[in-house]
Amino acid sequence: MITALWVMIALAALLGVVLGFSAIRFKIEGNPLVEKIDAVLPQTQCGQCGYPGCKPYAEAIAKGEADINLCPPGGDDGIHKLADLLGVEYKPFGGDAKPKAKAVAFIDEQTCIGCTLCIQACPVDAIVGAAKQMHTVIASECTGCELCLPPCPVDCISMPAVEERLTDWKWKHPVFTLRQTT
Amino acid sequence: MRSLHHFHGGIHPATHKAQSTQQAIARAPLPKSLVIPLRQHAGEAAKPCVKAGDHVLKGQRIGTPEGLLSSSIHAPTSGTIASIALHQIAHPSALPDLCVTLIPDGKDAWIERQVVDFLKLSASELQQRLRDFGVVGLGGATFPSDLKLRHPIKVDTLILNGAECEPFITCDDMLMRERATEIVRGIVMLRHALEAGAVLIGIEDNKPEAIAAMREAVNAAQLDYAVIAVPTIYPGGSAKHLIKVLTGLEVPSGKLPTDIGVQCFNVATALSIKRALDDGEPIISRVVTVTGNVEHPRNYEALIGTAFSDLIDLSVAKPDTDHYIMGGPMMGVELPAVNVPLVKASNCVIAASDTLFPPAPPALPCIRCTRCVQVCPAELQPQDLYWFAKSNNFGKAQEFSLADCIECGACAYVCPSHIPLVQYYRYAKSEIRERSAEKLAADKARERHEYRQFRIEREKQEKAEKLAQREAASKAAAVVTPSTPSVDDTQQLRINEAIERAKAQAAEAHPKNTDSLTPEQQAEIATIEARRAKIRELATDAGADDEPHKTS
Repeated sequence: MITALWVMIALAALLGVVLGFSAIRFKIEGNPLVEKIDAVLPQTQCGQCGYPGCKPYAEAIAKGEADINLCPPGGDDGIHKLADLLGVEYKPFGGDAKPKAKAVAFIDEQTCIGCTLCIQACPVDAIVGAAKQMHTVIASECTGCELCLPPCPVDCISMPAVEERLTDWKWKHPVFTLRQTT
Repeated sequence: MRSLHHFHGGIHPATHKAQSTQQAIARAPLPKSLVIPLRQHAGEAAKPCVKAGDHVLKGQRIGTPEGLLSSSIHAPTSGTIASIALHQIAHPSALPDLCVTLIPDGKDAWIERQVVDFLKLSASELQQRLRDFGVVGLGGATFPSDLKLRHPIKVDTLILNGAECEPFITCDDMLMRERATEIVRGIVMLRHALEAGAVLIGIEDNKPEAIAAMREAVNAAQLDYAVIAVPTIYPGGSAKHLIKVLTGLEVPSGKLPTDIGVQCFNVATALSIKRALDDGEPIISRVVTVTGNVEHPRNYEALIGTAFSDLIDLSVAKPDTDHYIMGGPMMGVELPAVNVPLVKASNCVIAASDTLFPPAPPALPCIRCTRCVQVCPAELQPQDLYWFAKSNNFGKAQEFSLADCIECGACAYVCPSHIPLVQYYRYAKSEIRERSAEKLAADKARERHEYRQFRIEREKQEKAEKLAQREAASKAAAVVTPSTPSVDDTQQLRINEAIERAKAQAAEAHPKNTDSLTPEQQAEIATIEARRAKIRELATDAGADDEPHKTS
């Protein structure tokens, strides 16, 4: 009887030590779920979800503070992916969030006064220029977040939609016209 | 007798080849203008190296390769560059691409042709020459040939592809019949470049004349190359499948033939390699089959950039022709317009009508009969891939190896429900491609954003440190009163002296405008000064009056 008790106590102590050690030794920094959600988000860093970037939105989703249907650049597909990842029901876009065609910023270089305000606003450093020098957008790096539009004092930035080019042309989903039969 | 192997599936469509092999290859007349696209190969478009108004000679380079996966473009004849502009090209999207328009001067004057002895060239020199001469695979994929000469392991077998399995197309057949000697010379060069072991020339057994001509040429050159008649089955001309038939080796998914010690070239490519090295001639023309719903189906040797309509006019399209197909009826693409230019990839143009190709009846639901599975040469499950593509389930389509689909159309050919299966696969493939590109862009954006945040944080920290340092320094200065002037003080002294000097110099250089005044002006100034003095006096009085109010 006493032996059994001692054995159980010894076992409990041993397992406690092992668990305590592994809790310290194999501690995971940060929430791995946040990383997974962040990987699904489109990384435009536009803040249209109401959070200051994709990572903060991912953190808010992970904590359960934010809904999954707030990311317009991610589109309907993005919501589906988030729903799959989190094991929740798909939701259509909520509030003012609406999916948009992909666009990149374009600076009208005739109007630009070189104030550098847009450079400071760009979350991905996709605008080059210097004070009183003309600025321009590196189109391949622009995420189309529109954060450069409000600070511009002369409204010289526009967001033309990306036109389909030969290099990124896609085959379309087959469509068939139905014929009327009497 | 060599024993041949089989690949899974395949179909036997009517070949329609006899009609265009009745007459020898004809040289198409020089057109009034040539529109030469700068993207005629897999990869990046060539960069134009001429400008509008330039006079160019036949064979002169007009486009230089951009990046590794690219090739050169040359002027097909001598003449003047009219423009470098967007022009509609032979692409199913009907989108325009950058093209050089050349107005021939009719002299057809060659640029000086440099002939080299290929035996003296190193491997890299040879590859560079093929790149400079715009040599790409002429079987249809137009992959730059110089890149195909790179091989990680020893190439045991070099395969020459003369199978030409697709119906209607006969350009390689006619080329082998008429120019076998030149092709064999090209094969000698390829074997040398690849240091290959055995050479196998695979030709489908429905081309007995081509087989005989090639055998004769090989024997005449006293070479040990094997000219092998392979069974006629579609798509036996696909590189991977011809390799399987001839060697029994299977190219693993996602790997290249060179990874298993085999390399495969089209016979027409061998001919253009011969011309590039022996004759110093780049690819400026190709043999193209004009067939289908035309009065005189035939093969033409046409300059790159010739409008398809010019070739169709030579063969005279029948009146009920309503559209044109570039390539074969199985894998070809419909031309957006008949006046688009011929490119290096154009092996055939088919005039099509409803009688020749009756429109497919409406697609019916898939009944999962799996006839597509029986014919799929890539051993895929086409009915599942169709289902996944239709429902936009691309992840699942990738799991079912959609990337290994060669879009041969055998599945759609046998489908009893007439489902355009290949269209679904193309759709799914381009969606997958776009998604992976988007993923890459998102990863890059994340990296840039994180770096930016790191940089802002670092700048903030640096600023704070500097501020702290300055504060500490000023505190130290206040506590310890230095007996001797410090470095800072002497510096300040020097600065002050410099300012004084500058002021004195400025005073000397610019005489004041009050120096030489007329008596009237002086009088005016005096009255103004007096008025000012009075106002100042009044103001001080008022200020003195205000003072008691403030204090009370």
